[in-house]
Amino acid sequence: MSEFKPVLLASVGKPESHTRKVYEQSGGYQALRKVLKTLSPKDVQEQTKASGLRGRGGAGFPTGLKWTFLPKDHPGPIYFCLNADESEPGTFNNRILMEDDPHQVLEGLIISCFATNSAVAYFYMRCEYPLAYKRICQAVAECYEAGYLGKNILGSGYSLEIHVHRGAGAYICGEETGLIESLEGKRAWPRIKPPFPAVEGAFRKPTVVNNVETVACVKHIFDRGVDWFKSIGIPPDPNNPRDAGSYGPKLYCLSGHINKPGCYEAPLGITVTELIEEFGGGVWKGRKAKAAIPGGISMGLLKENEFHCKLDFNGPGKFGCLGLGTAAVVVMDETVRMVDFLLNSCRFFSHESCGQCTPCREGTSWATKMMTRIKHGKGRLKDLDLLLEIAENIGIMPGTTICGLADGAAWPLKNCIKKFRNELEVYIKSTNPSGWMETAAVPALQLLDIH
Amino acid sequence: MADKPRILTDEMIAEIKAFFPRYPSKQAVTLPALHIVNEKLRYVPLRAVVEIAHLLELHPSQVQDTLTFYGYFKQDAPAGRCRLWVCRSISCALRGGDELLDHLSHSLGVKPGETTADGRITLEYAECLGACEHAPCVLANEKLIPSVSHHEADELVQTVK
Ligand SMILES: Cc1cc2nc3c(=O)[nH]c(=O)nc-3n(C[C@H](O)[C@H](O)[C@H](O)COP(=O)(O)O)c2cc1C
Ligand code: SF4
Ligand code: FES
Repeated sequence: MSEFKPVLLASVGKPESHTRKVYEQSGGYQALRKVLKTLSPKDVQEQTKASGLRGRGGAGFPTGLKWTFLPKDHPGPIYFCLNADESEPGTFNNRILMEDDPHQVLEGLIISCFATNSAVAYFYMRCEYPLAYKRICQAVAECYEAGYLGKNILGSGYSLEIHVHRGAGAYICGEETGLIESLEGKRAWPRIKPPFPAVEGAFRKPTVVNNVETVACVKHIFDRGVDWFKSIGIPPDPNNPRDAGSYGPKLYCLSGHINKPGCYEAPLGITVTELIEEFGGGVWKGRKAKAAIPGGISMGLLKENEFHCKLDFNGPGKFGCLGLGTAAVVVMDETVRMVDFLLNSCRFFSHESCGQCTPCREGTSWATKMMTRIKHGKGRLKDLDLLLEIAENIGIMPGTTICGLADGAAWPLKNCIKKFRNELEVYIKSTNPSGWMETAAVPALQLLDIH
Repeated sequence: MADKPRILTDEMIAEIKAFFPRYPSKQAVTLPALHIVNEKLRYVPLRAVVEIAHLLELHPSQVQDTLTFYGYFKQDAPAGRCRLWVCRSISCALRGGDELLDHLSHSLGVKPGETTADGRITLEYAECLGACEHAPCVLANEKLIPSVSHHEADELVQTVK
């Protein structure tokens, strides 16, 4: 761990790190040259599979394996969608990569497109990233100039176009089939799966969707080799036959009540405590931590006495969290009231639910209304059970919704009510001394903002 | 229909058409077209929706359906010269994002989503702007402003012409 040197962030913060010139000076596009000269797409798929790389976008699906789901010998087109919609609260690692090292992302993207026989890639970026948009557009133009993009790349016979496509302010565009619908010009309503995008995706053609950090890792695998990648991180848990291991470097976003918020690179498997102490400079204002979000708000909540949780694909699940998610850690100090945290979380998900599935649309908005009522001193103890009932009934896990947004809405509720029930009960009783024991139905206090 | 003046300028139309070769369907140009119009007019009025639909060989309701799904496009009136997005998601909320939004709302005399009477500023709330290390942050048109205090917010508002 001590000898670990950042790879993904190696150039971040250096002058002109976003230009092709500087990128090439530090060995940029050598991996692409090597791949095009010596490997077939199938080789690239196999090596990526062998590296154990798992998607960095949230679900942790093995990347090489995903690519092999594409139909064999397909006449094309096969589309590649790069998921740069990054909107999970707490998460900003894709932005840093795109702003400060866009060529690293593009080199990984080009190799990934080659591996999947894609001739067209859509770089789907949220529109609230003006600087990343500018940098990526510039970098794409530089790639065309240098012959890394366009027809017959570096004389290999392989051709690729990359088009940058901007979103319009909706979290759900990050869900891969929501992204595809949005790309096609429609409302970003996630699709029922199967068919999975690899079989029928964008424009009804086979499609791969991968995250920005995932393709950046691909670049390094072909620079430094599969063995290097596998030497970092954590091997599969022998007690969990479904664990594929957590290999490679990972970008951890650290924010909230921390002295040095930022994006840090570490081997997969660093603990929350290590992240806070070694990178974040400790909790701010000399206070104690109370809780932390382990990987974006969808993943739920860790209590302070659970900070030894390892942040690998397997870790947060052991503490009842949904998973590693985006590895974005948000630290809350001892002054935070869990009522406020939960209302913030519920408000986010009810705002971002696409509205397609009734359990998600109604469940998230009822949860927000109830939390608003509790916050304003009109809570009843029964509400906590009602909130849990919502949380247990929305999502892919119980099988009532099309996409995982609802699971993301459910987990903070489940974790928070389980781990901080006493605090929530005390809040309800003290703010509503005359009504906390009521059980009769009550009307909602206020309607949600529509905006 | 023919006698009403067009809203989309030749320049906008050319810009929209330049996107056609990128996609296998014209419908996929919906978001790029909405962005182009929104950037120039600071909103996308219904007439523009009809004209975009015409260009993309769609029914106007298809474009309208898409437009209304996304929080980004205004339709009733142009946004102010500066659209001020204040993040209210968790990392910012922990460092005063909600209070910052309230402060701006009071000092500007508008609710989120509204534009000041002089047409300078539209105040908006945003969900996570992907800049949580700079919490609480604000996106002022194309510029991200890190760790904004109430005082800095007031100064920022002053600089908008
Ligand atoms: C509600 C929701 C939002 C998501 N948002 C993102 C996102 O912003 N960026 C991302 O890469 N993946 C996001 N995902 C995961 C994608 O669906 C998909 O798994 C991922 O892009 C695949 O890339 P990877 O295999 O490289 O991780 C989201 C999933 C859900 C359910
Ligand atoms: S779960 Fe929610 S966000 Fe996902 S498709 Fe259903 S309504 Fe939309
Ligand atoms: S929570 Fe405000 S930028 Fe992420």
